[in-house]
Amino acid sequence: MTQREHSADAAQDFAGIDRAALIAELARCLPASGLLSAEEDLKPYECDGLSAYRQVPIAVALPETEEQVVAAIKACRAAGAPIVARGAGTGLSAGALPHPQGVVLSLAKMRKILHVDPVARVAVVQPGVRNLAISEAAAPLGLYYAPDPSSQIACSIGGNVAENSGGVHCLKYGLTVHNVLRVRAVTVAGDIVEFGNHALDAPGYDLLALAIGSEGMLAVVTEVTVKLVPKPELAQVIMASFDDIMKAGEAVAAVIAAGIIPAGLEMMDKPATAAVEPYVKAGYDLNAEAILLCESDGTAEEVAEEIGRMKAVLETSGATDLRVSQSEAERLRFWAGRKAAFPAAGRISPDYYCMDGTIPRKRLGEMLTAIHAMEKKYRLRCINVFHAGDGNLHPLILYDANVPGELERTEAFGAEILKLSVDLGGTITGEHGVGYEKINSMCDQFGSDELRMFHAIKRAFDPEGLLNPEKGIPTLHRCAEFGRMHVHGGNLKFPELERL
Amino acid sequence: MDVDLLDQFRSRILERKPLRLHGGGSKDFYGGPLVGDILDTRTHAGIVSYESTELVITARCGTPLAELESALATRRQCLACEPPHFGAATVGGAVAAGLAGPRRAAVGGMRDFVLGVKLMDGEGRVHRFGGEVMKNVAGFDVSRLIAGSLGTLGLILEVSLKVLPVPPGDASLRFEMPQDKALDALNRWSGQPLPLVASCWQDGVLTLRLCGAQAAVSAACAKLGGEAIGDVEALAFWHALREQGAEFFAGDAALWRLSVPSVASLLDLPGATLIEWGGAQRWLRGDLDPVRIRELATRVGGHATLFRGGDKVGGVFTPLQPALMEVHRRLKQSFDPYGVFNPGRMYPEL
Repeated sequence: MTQREHSADAAQDFAGIDRAALIAELARCLPASGLLSAEEDLKPYECDGLSAYRQVPIAVALPETEEQVVAAIKACRAAGAPIVARGAGTGLSAGALPHPQGVVLSLAKMRKILHVDPVARVAVVQPGVRNLAISEAAAPLGLYYAPDPSSQIACSIGGNVAENSGGVHCLKYGLTVHNVLRVRAVTVAGDIVEFGNHALDAPGYDLLALAIGSEGMLAVVTEVTVKLVPKPELAQVIMASFDDIMKAGEAVAAVIAAGIIPAGLEMMDKPATAAVEPYVKAGYDLNAEAILLCESDGTAEEVAEEIGRMKAVLETSGATDLRVSQSEAERLRFWAGRKAAFPAAGRISPDYYCMDGTIPRKRLGEMLTAIHAMEKKYRLRCINVFHAGDGNLHPLILYDANVPGELERTEAFGAEILKLSVDLGGTITGEHGVGYEKINSMCDQFGSDELRMFHAIKRAFDPEGLLNPEKGIPTLHRCAEFGRMHVHGGNLKFPELERL
Repeated sequence: MDVDLLDQFRSRILERKPLRLHGGGSKDFYGGPLVGDILDTRTHAGIVSYESTELVITARCGTPLAELESALATRRQCLACEPPHFGAATVGGAVAAGLAGPRRAAVGGMRDFVLGVKLMDGEGRVHRFGGEVMKNVAGFDVSRLIAGSLGTLGLILEVSLKVLPVPPGDASLRFEMPQDKALDALNRWSGQPLPLVASCWQDGVLTLRLCGAQAAVSAACAKLGGEAIGDVEALAFWHALREQGAEFFAGDAALWRLSVPSVASLLDLPGATLIEWGGAQRWLRGDLDPVRIRELATRVGGHATLFRGGDKVGGVFTPLQPALMEVHRRLKQSFDPYGVFNPGRMYPEL
């Protein structure tokens, strides 16, 4: 067993793992259908939702019980092999990218909803349960699980915990961290631990907050207790058109300044509405430079009052057209366009690359101006959808991977957006996570002291550095290299990885 | 940034002797024994920035909580989790203690509102974690880890907090109800789309606070019935509850805080009881058997804290399972390798 602690300075070397012995040991602790090691079976696991990065692992373990998770982790640890936990594989930052010397630990078979308690307003679920399945199970009780990432039909709650997923309603209802009460997990030592509990707080440090968003680097989730909240009686959304994207940005600030926290507050620019409208037929105003979707939910009285106040603010802020959804079907149609922005980008371009920076909202104008300049600089188009209420921007860079050089230009374009997000006082990732994709951009956001502390925190849970290594937090060596790459420029990043 | 002041803090820390981080001293009663020389944070004070339309305020650790809340009030905003002042609380102390007021169950606790921290570690290094934006998943969420860590991981220099508008509608209602009925009613109402933000049950009387859109509050009052409480009396009531100025909290008897699932049934314990947070926070007075009270709280899925007074020999907080304590020890070692910050304030091992 490797007992050497991993360090912040340089990457670990996992060479010398006895693959055959590890696969044999995993076979002993998993059911026959729970272990994949043939090349053709591993292929579907070579990437997650960010398919630009691919790597085949040694094996994929698919435990069905917590005991099997414990056994699989112990087997990997004994062999000194990296463990990459995976939920539904919908992540957008290559957080579940396999390690070439490691095992993918898929939690997809642990998909039981164990308990829904309508009185306590909680659901206890296994990690492979889909986000939307929780709300569907709670719906007959008049309750739902609030965080609603766009991928909610497919993404799993375990993955949501790993990424601290958001959604279009998180300005009012919070992120995963605000809606999860308890996480049960297995440590790399094979201990079963619980972070949080069914009360509103737990003794000791807030390890629940640390575990949520930890991208599979601290422990492997085996059970989650989520909060359920009452389904609002009514929701209505205003669709507002603006002839200037800056005015739309100012309208968002004006809504907040009026003391309103909308249930959802989203912005799309003209290229974005142009992309989605033929696909979804949401009824968007294609002449508008930007549209805002501004939602109110609650009791009928509350919604009527709030919609009235929102309309007044949006009109004063210069909206050229306002439409209020008159039925649930119309509300869902207005949202459908926003929620379909990513697939719509896929229809108008062979490939697209989704960015995830967050900026203080007041800097939106500077960011969009800079993105327009970058479109010329990198000779690529970009469409923008924006969680306007909380400053989380999703520029979608359109490219064609079959055109030599376009992926590299796309990556450089993306990295420049992220660098600017940091320079404007924001962050490189609002909700998609760092994963493998943004690991170099972490060097822009944090100094060596913070990075050392992140590594120390990882060591506190995972002394040998086996859980999702080389993700999330760059080594200081990598940041030094990254710095040099900037000087030389033009080099292909991560030459060890296959590109598609 | 006042470089000289930070250098003074750093040189104290580099002496590697235990330091007792001290803001307003309003929560000296809370937690384990006070150990070490005082490091007074109040010299590092002031609001750094306040962007009401971005819903964020950043303040230095020594800023009086009252000063921060006054600034928010000028824009009709607030710290929705209502951390208690208990006298002269500072912002740094409020975050370090991680306590929340009557609205906790509806809006979240201090950890839910912390967006970023600037922290000096046990080797005098300054770190920035999180930031001033609502959504940020770059790196581990250290800012929230620091909330409620009782100053044992580092010296908080600055914090950025999410703020919210003061709700336009606000009403309070009173019902006569025994404890079991009150717990049933609270859990039932909490599962309905009502603007219920705070509750308090004591001596057969349940008091509710409803905040939100004016129309929603009026509709809820009509639906729930009960006796309406005048605005002035209601504000005084909730303030006294937040600040533990109410009669229930007076006197020297030990004060236990039980944090339990809201649905936990009546706890078979003697002594006066006051219930908040829709049933999730239960206060008990008297010299209760610590072993028994912790066992009861743990059995229902919660924990018990000897909040004020009493005999602290048996520990203040519920002990952790060994694997979790090991993680705590390693975290403490990472942030504070020489055991400088508030040693023993949370657990003797930290």
